[in-house]
Order: sequence, then structure tokens, then C-alpha cells
Amino acid sequence: MGDVILDIRDLTVVYKTDLETVEAVNGVDLRIGKGKTMGLVGETGAGKTTTALSILRLLPSNTGRVLKGSIAFGGIDVLALDEKKMRDIRGDRIAMVFQDPMTSLNPVMTIGEQIAEALVLHNDGLGKEDIEGRVEEMLSMVGILPSRKNEYPHQFSGGMKQRVVIAMALACEPELLIADEPTTALDVTIQAQVLLMIKELRNRLGTSMLMITHNLGIVAKICDDVAVMYAEEVVESGTVEDLFFGDRHHPYTEGLFGSLPNLSSRAKRLVPIPGLMPDPSNLPEGCAFEERCGKRMDICKNLHPATATSGTHSLRCHLFNGGPER
Amino acid sequence: MNDDRTPLIEVKDLRKLFKLKGGAKLYAVDGINLKIYPQETVGVVGESGCGKSTLGRSILRLIEPTSGVVLYNGRNIMDLGQRKMREIRKDLQIVFQDPYSSIDPRKSVIDVIAEYMFIHRMFKNRALTYSRAAELMDLVGLARRYANSYPHELDGGRRQRVGIARALSLNPKFIVCDEPVSALDVSIQAQILNLLMDLEDELGLTYMFVTHDLSVVKHISNKIVVMYLGKCVEMASSDELFLNPLHPYTKALLGAILEPDLAKRDQEFMIIKGEVSNPINVKPGCRFAKRCDYCFEGCADSDPQLFEVSPDHFVSCFLMNQRPLSAL
Repeated sequence: MGDVILDIRDLTVVYKTDLETVEAVNGVDLRIGKGKTMGLVGETGAGKTTTALSILRLLPSNTGRVLKGSIAFGGIDVLALDEKKMRDIRGDRIAMVFQDPMTSLNPVMTIGEQIAEALVLHNDGLGKEDIEGRVEEMLSMVGILPSRKNEYPHQFSGGMKQRVVIAMALACEPELLIADEPTTALDVTIQAQVLLMIKELRNRLGTSMLMITHNLGIVAKICDDVAVMYAEEVVESGTVEDLFFGDRHHPYTEGLFGSLPNLSSRAKRLVPIPGLMPDPSNLPEGCAFEERCGKRMDICKNLHPATATSGTHSLRCHLFNGGPER
Repeated sequence: MNDDRTPLIEVKDLRKLFKLKGGAKLYAVDGINLKIYPQETVGVVGESGCGKSTLGRSILRLIEPTSGVVLYNGRNIMDLGQRKMREIRKDLQIVFQDPYSSIDPRKSVIDVIAEYMFIHRMFKNRALTYSRAAELMDLVGLARRYANSYPHELDGGRRQRVGIARALSLNPKFIVCDEPVSALDVSIQAQILNLLMDLEDELGLTYMFVTHDLSVVKHISNKIVVMYLGKCVEMASSDELFLNPLHPYTKALLGAILEPDLAKRDQEFMIIKGEVSNPINVKPGCRFAKRCDYCFEGCADSDPQLFEVSPDHFVSCFLMNQRPLSAL
């Protein structure tokens, strides 16, 4: 994979309250190569966002705990940094775009001030005019007239707000951009505009990306590698070719594809996955997908499957204990 | 579709005007004509703010239309009084988008499903009503053990099943489904779509399916209406629309679909510039002209009319009126 910018190993995160302990991320391994885009796919509650928040050390401090594992960003052990050093990285070298542009902007600051904020914090040498110039440059890069920098978020539409959020995230030219469902709240034609812009900016700036999404169409369009999460674990990972063209798949991944209406085929019925994801505060002893799986075996109920890797393709399923064949 | 049967629902020149502060006018629905035949599913697609939900609700008179006519089985329902309208409402139901806000949080599942039947006095006594509610739970695939649960205890998919059971409780003929799956995860979305299609066959239902998701609409509809700023810009059978889209906006919508297909990775996105323009005090002329790549001088002068280019394929675009089909 060449140079690795982000290397997550065996990450386990829990949310602990007085009443219960909820496993949010369980033994997740992820590696993102320099300049590559990794798609993180899964349903609501699968642990995608928690994984992203752990990288930035933004877990809610009173409940979220990293139990074990390591996160290395460009060779730095992120989990061992003190808060001051972490702040130097956060927003400067790793930036995040949140799902909902309506709530991730400050309603009482102009968008220009909000883009300038990260620049002021992370670039001591920059003078006022340099910063203004950079703000205008960022705005025109994301396709907003620089003259609108003194306007407030409510004066922009949803798609425009998401462009502002992306301009904020890219202002310090981060090495890694984490995008958490950046287009889910947008209309289809605007989604296409924003995705195309993200793709072009990424190619131009050479930014590595972690793209959190539930949309396999987005994965097909812009990701190089994919990890599929189910019930707090990565159940399948590999290159996009492995995911779309490989012959062996985790039954959950097959279920995801079967659930999508297909534009070219005339199939009358979809093939959904029966049932629901298990309660994360009460995960089964064996495979977490066992209850919903059409290919379950006796072993699945009792033994938690290990990850088997062949080449770039990894699967966590008893069907492929010898490793997925290509 | 051009047959002699009476349409189940016929909409004629329906308009809904919202008057805003300072005398500004917003036509959310601006002269829609539509025929829906029994056991047909009509999909209505468009982006947020195009008036698709207002259209669905105006047909049921949940929002009172400003002008126009809605015929149900040939009978005009626009001038019915409250009492008669209530009677008709048994036949015309709606499933809402957000199963979190459309269900009373203080009622248990069985009470939510039974509520309409109590209002319409469907059964002689409570026991019969509740036993019908339990049957409805079976019909939509909700385990009876949830009968006394409250909505917050259920996930989104089960909640949407409650909403569907409630809509079915009065044995309706026609259901408006207003984005019924857009708040759900894909695997759950597929379960609900299958359920709606099974119910259509079993109970002989007719749907109007309002959504922004074109792959869903293709999957479920016979006929598709594409809306832009209150107007119908194109209407055709679902196969025809996907094979041979004619309006530039329809083409843009289809071009923006992200297919989960790696073979199409390098296929160019078809991007249309700009965003949906302001719906307030719209000037005459084609609503889409500002964003349209094919726009020419005449487009801003007058409103294009819906025009039948081939049997049952209607487009409202000046290009279609003036040039042969092959020119586009």
C-alpha cells in the first residue's frame, strides 16, 4: 500500500455509563495510504462515527473510553498525545467535515470568520491580510463568491453551507480529511456537485481521506479502499475492486448489495437482510451477524470469527476461515 | 395508460398558493394534471422544495388547495363538506416520511393502530377493534409482543410499520406514501419497500409514491412525474422515462444517480449548475431556464406547456415543441 498515513490497530472503544457499558468499536483495524481515500460503510450505529471521533480524540470525555488499540497518524501515536499537542494536529493536519451542515456552523459568526478561525489558530506567522486573502481563496475554491464572506450561515442554502464547511476543513491543507456522511443531507443534484468538488480538491491537494458513508454509490465513485462495519466491527475490507468484483463476500456485504434497488435489472423484489442489528450493549458471544445470516453454521453461534486475509481482501466470517480465495 | 377506465384519482389544474409576508406569493403546486388508475403506482420525484409533498397532501385535502379539482372515482371531492370528506378519507390515506414525529409518543403501538378505527367507529366494541389492530400488526410484519410498547422503544423500521398499519386500518383504496423510506437504513429500507409492494398485490392498493430517490421510484412505480418548482416538467411510464428522458432537468436528475457499480466509476457526472432558484414570486418563463445548458432566448419569455411527444410521454420544454426528437 506504500506510505501509510493512518494506521489503526485493534481499536476498542466503549461508552460507559453508570447503568451499562456499550461497546461502540470492537477491535477495528484500518490503514489509509497516503493520498488514498478509504470508504467506511455501515448502518446507523455500526460504529463508523465513533471510529472517526477516536482518531480526533473527540469522544465525549465523560463516557467514551478507548480500552485498547493504537492509532498512529504519520508515525505519531495519537492516543498518547497530551491535549495541547493534539490541538496542534486537530484542524491543522487532520480535519473533519460533519454530516449536517445546518448544525456544524456557528449561526452568529460570519462564514469568513469561521474559515479564518483555524488559520489564526494554526498559523502564527500569518498577518491579517494574508488570512483574508486565504479565506477568499478558499471560498472561490469551493465555488462561493469571495464577496459573500461577510454573510451569516442562514443566508446560505444547505449545499452552500456544506461547501463552507469543506472550505473550513481544507483551509489549513490537512493531510487527512475525515468526511462523515458529507452529502447525506443534500439534494441529489447538489450531492453530485459537492462530491465532484471533493474529488477534484482531493486530487489537486493530494489529501488522504476517510469517507464515512452508507451509500455504496459514493464508494464506487470516489473511494480506493473500503471497510464494511457491522455491529462495531470491520467484517470485510479491501480495495474497491475486491468489494465490487471479488467472488467472496461477507454475507452482510451481500445483504447490503441485495437491499439496493438496481436500475438496470428488472428484479421485482429486493433481497433485504431480515431482522435488525443486535443491541450493542448486549452483543452475542459468537458472530454478531449470525441471527440475520442466511449462511449460518453451527460454529457461528458460539465462536467469534477471526479475520482471514488474502492479499488485500480481509473477511471476518467462518465461511472463509482458510482466507478468501480470489 | 390511455384507456377508458375511470381513473381512481384525477387531478385537474391543481394549485396551492402560500401567501407570505409582504404580499409575496409562493406557488408550491402550480397547475398539476394527473390521472392515477386503480392498482397503479405513480412516483413523484423532485428535489426538496419542488412541491411534491404539498401535491400529495393537497390531493387528500390535508392542505386545502387554492384552486383546481380532485376527482376520486369520478366524484369531485373539493366541494365536499367536512362530514362527507371524513367519510372519503377512509379510502384515502397517507404514510408520512418521519416515523419519529408522525406517531403520538404517548400512545402504545396497538392504540396508535386502533385510533382511526375508533374515530370512524369501524367496529361495535373495543375488543373487535383491538383484534383487528392485532391482525394489522401481523399483516405488516410486526410481532404482537410489541402491542403494548411505546414508539420510543421501537427502531425506525418498526415505527414505519406502525405508520403503515395505521394507514391500512380503514381499508383504504389509495395511499400517498410521502418519502416512507428515506429516514431508514438501506437494509431496513428494502424490507419496507418489499412490504409495500406485497400489500399492493394483496389488497389491491393504489399508491402515489413521493420521493427524491430515483432508484427507489424506478423500482416501485409504473408511472413517474418529475416536478420542478411546482410544475410537472416530465411525465412518462417508468421504463420510458429512464430509457428516454427528454427534459434537461430529468436528464440531470438521472445523471446525478450514484450507482453502486464500479464499472461506472469513471463515467462523467452530469452536473447541473446552480441550485433550485427562489420559489417566491417566480417570473414567467421556464422555471429551469437559469440552470439549463440548452436554454435559448425564448425560454424566459413564457411558460412552456406540457406536451405529448409520444403516447403517454409528456414533457414541458420548448426544445421539444420546436425540434424533432432526434435533435436532443
